[in-house]
Amino acid sequence: MFDYNFHWRPVLKNLPDLLGAGLLTLQVAVLAMVVGIVIGLAIALIRMHMRGPLYWLATGWVELARNTPALFQLFFFGFGLGAFGLHLSPFAIVLCGLSFNCAGYLAENFRGGFQAVPETQLRAARSLGMTAWQAYTRIIIPQVFRIVYHPLTNQLVWAVLMSSLGMLVGFRELSGETQFFASRTFRIFEYFAATAVIYYVIVKIILLASRLLAARLFRY
Amino acid sequence: MIEIRGLEKYFGALQVLKGIDLDVAKGEVLSVIGASGSGKSTLLYCINGLEPIQKGSVIVDGTDVHAKGTDINKLRQKLGMVFQQWNSFPHLTALENVALAPKIVKGKSKAEARDIAERQLRHVGLDDKLNVFPSALSGGQQQRLAIARALAMEPTYMLFDEATSALDPELVGEVLDTMRLLAEEGMTMICVTHEMGFARDVSDRVAYFHQGVMEEIGPPEQIFGNATSGHTRKFLANVR
Repeated sequence: MFDYNFHWRPVLKNLPDLLGAGLLTLQVAVLAMVVGIVIGLAIALIRMHMRGPLYWLATGWVELARNTPALFQLFFFGFGLGAFGLHLSPFAIVLCGLSFNCAGYLAENFRGGFQAVPETQLRAARSLGMTAWQAYTRIIIPQVFRIVYHPLTNQLVWAVLMSSLGMLVGFRELSGETQFFASRTFRIFEYFAATAVIYYVIVKIILLASRLLAARLFRY
Repeated sequence: MIEIRGLEKYFGALQVLKGIDLDVAKGEVLSVIGASGSGKSTLLYCINGLEPIQKGSVIVDGTDVHAKGTDINKLRQKLGMVFQQWNSFPHLTALENVALAPKIVKGKSKAEARDIAERQLRHVGLDDKLNVFPSALSGGQQQRLAIARALAMEPTYMLFDEATSALDPELVGEVLDTMRLLAEEGMTMICVTHEMGFARDVSDRVAYFHQGVMEEIGPPEQIFGNATSGHTRKFLANVR
């Protein structure tokens, strides 16, 4: 009834390649998060404080990023821009797509975070003679980061898993690399099972690192 | 000296200050009393420029607070403010709460800022709480922390916006004592307050605000003993 013979040897042989690809996955996810945090913060601030074209640009970004499939966003930076003669490398396509997506989600997280910090904190900081920049960077944003810290961790995990879509635009991150070897050896199940374990371990490491970092960062 | 001339303030269509004229001299303690919504807190926010004004002027030591070219951040260093809701910075220890502004606003060195902070925390009786986070302090302690934080900028004036209104009754005393101490040291203070005892005992003058108008101003004996305005008498009869 069940006569599939597992062959793990090819997987073991390619394990170093897979782990290397896992590192690439982690790299692109972390980079996308960094870009996403910067842009997401900017979007949140623009949507809270500005009107006019910038407001609509920021709002449009959030709407598109959250309400269309991440895969389509990746395709836009790949085949979409490609149609206009702008050809990005697979790495750049995935980085742009993930950053776009993360920024949209993070902007909403940040907006919630900003709303959770009492407005009077800003007044107190300004009353001491701090500039708006000082008040935000020293008083408001540190508190916002504490509030959005766990959602931020979730987003990073999400970015790691979502980067697997990269294989559909020719990026040989963990999933792309797995697909490559699997189709060469036809040991599809073995390769993807091994890769699932690698994803699992990457995410667990992120969660552990996040918890350790939180213990260091948040003293109150 | 703080000189307020013809100050008018609107929130949208609602006029909350209807032409205020008021001088506060150095060393004076002025208490501002009146019902909620009478505009007395807004007055403080107009003095340190946290709220824009629509008409009139506020001059602090010769500088127009609301003029275009005014360096408001520099001017605010002269105007310490204490809020009803304490507003201690929750992510910083008591010491850091007080030391931050001297460091980043005035450019003091880390050691200098620490000295200032320790001195001011001792001043308000919190020298045993240097490394404690605000969440571990009582409301009264947090309000004293806020006072120390404002004092660390070495302001010429202190603005108190109902500093004791949000406190549990048993914690009001310690904050009022700290404010009394400042008054005795000669600090110029404008205290928006519902503490009539404090207003009577500590202030040089008391101003009564009613619906955006300063109805009456004078020494406490006059306001509490012999108010000329019917509104003032009615208000005082109700709060007693």
